[in-house]
Amino acid sequence: MAEKVTVKDVERVAELAHLELAPEEIEPMLRDLNAILDYVAELSQIDTTGVEPLAQVSELESEAIAETRADRQETSLARSTVMQQAPETDGAFFKVPKVIER
Amino acid sequence: MPTETKTASHYVEKPQTLAALREGIAAGRVKAVDLAHAYYARIDAKNPALNVYLSATRERALAQAARIDELAAKGDPLPALAGAPMGIKDVLVMQGAPSTAGSKMLKGYEPPYDCTAVTRLEAAGAVLLGKVNCDEFAMGSSNENSAYGPVRNPVDTERVPGGSSGGSAAAVAANLAVATLGTDTGGSIRQPASFCGVVGVLPTWGRVSRYGLIAFASSLDRIGPFAGNVRDAATVLGAIAGHDTKDATSSAAPVEDYAAESDKPAAGLRIGVPEEYFSEGLDAEVRAAIEKGIAALEAAGCAVKKISLPHTKYAVPTYYLAATAEASANLARFDGVRYGYRSARAGTLAEMYSRSRDEGFGAEVKRRIFLGTYALSAGYYDAYYRKAQQVRRILAEEFLRAFAEVDAIVTPTSPFPAFRIREKTGDPLSMYLADIYTVTASLAGICGVTTPCGTTQAGLPVGMQVLARHMGESTAFRVARAVESAEI
Repeated sequence: MAEKVTVKDVERVAELAHLELAPEEIEPMLRDLNAILDYVAELSQIDTTGVEPLAQVSELESEAIAETRADRQETSLARSTVMQQAPETDGAFFKVPKVIER
Repeated sequence: MPTETKTASHYVEKPQTLAALREGIAAGRVKAVDLAHAYYARIDAKNPALNVYLSATRERALAQAARIDELAAKGDPLPALAGAPMGIKDVLVMQGAPSTAGSKMLKGYEPPYDCTAVTRLEAAGAVLLGKVNCDEFAMGSSNENSAYGPVRNPVDTERVPGGSSGGSAAAVAANLAVATLGTDTGGSIRQPASFCGVVGVLPTWGRVSRYGLIAFASSLDRIGPFAGNVRDAATVLGAIAGHDTKDATSSAAPVEDYAAESDKPAAGLRIGVPEEYFSEGLDAEVRAAIEKGIAALEAAGCAVKKISLPHTKYAVPTYYLAATAEASANLARFDGVRYGYRSARAGTLAEMYSRSRDEGFGAEVKRRIFLGTYALSAGYYDAYYRKAQQVRRILAEEFLRAFAEVDAIVTPTSPFPAFRIREKTGDPLSMYLADIYTVTASLAGICGVTTPCGTTQAGLPVGMQVLARHMGESTAFRVARAVESAEI
């Protein structure tokens, strides 16, 4: 479980997370990840054979989560309201840098 | 008190209870508008040293205060939080008010809608003064991870207020609000409340709608109140709790009258003291204060017994795997497209995502995204994420077994009192270990209240954490009231 994270791993995670680190951030990230993963490795001491994973706790609560709401059409936020927060927009759409090179 | 006319400043000089404020407004002794102005004057004077408020929602607050004054002038009955000046943690959105989550990523972001908890507070008459500082995206245990600078602890400004809801705790401690809302994912309400000497509530997961909470780890995130006393905290929880069609994870369990329940004596309640929370690493002065609190509960007629929660030491690693995995997914939405920060040095779409996120997020947030992404990635999922979910069930079931024998469990909220600014910033792991007594209840989804329980010789507050079963808030409040009234 306590494998050492390498620079290659950090670069792979950066790609998965769409989060490019500056060159000077890589070394501290490597050090911190290794320290944290060394620490969490103590979980391997626990025998969890046959234990169902618990992703969230609603199943443990006696009062169940409420029934789902009726599926009906409702008005949502106005486009003009939402677009006010966009970094770049033409008023109708979000604008982003070119995806496909011609 | 001398008999002079009570002005707004009188009400501000000394922290008032919610009931006293409401009564004062109803009787015409103080106007909600004057009270709001007096609080803003106090904030203007004290905020530069404490860095609690990030923004003021003055127009909205004064309009609400005027509505309350109109109700009072007509002699109409006032709602529970009438005129109560409150602060809102900056991870909770308010329409048209900057909501930054303590991050550069959301600098200048003005949400187009209100958080349900905010809507409910206003419906209950609260006057929302502004948004308060916190660790970036609620990730931290000291409030030093805010992009807008650390909050200082009003008890000792060289020390941290705790985190991540450090601003919410400090606002109440410095009387820059009568009550506040914070959020708790691994201890972010309870730990700062204990560091600042105020009451903080972790409601049962699902008790309060999270609609409008900028998500960190959805299976753990909760919204809860801070107040100067247990009854006020119970009153605020009563105002925000309950099912919400906008949050499918909110529970339909009936909302009890928590304030009235908190008035009931604790005599006869069975209290468990888990030995694992009193072992190595617990500060001697914190231990002594908590032991006094336990003695006070015995004196109040509670049946105190030692219990064991043997997997406690595995809670921090379990929490940091579960929480960071969820964070890595939740924070994927910050991509520079629809709102928030966009990097200026991006040629392609992929660069735009990647550089916006590198420039917009702070170091701790990036650390957690990396850890979570790593733990979920191919080849590591079973060893880390799945393993943590399995241990999470073991920890939760351990609590359920304990609650078959006791009504509440009491522990120190934190192993040590407020530490110094920059004391732990160099070592993320030592910061994570500050959450050792709080992450357990987070993982199990149970509720809790932290209440002041004495101080160290240096005058630093100590908090006692009272935990109760799912939807057991009323019991937790009763026990906390008994500790509070013992005046340890």
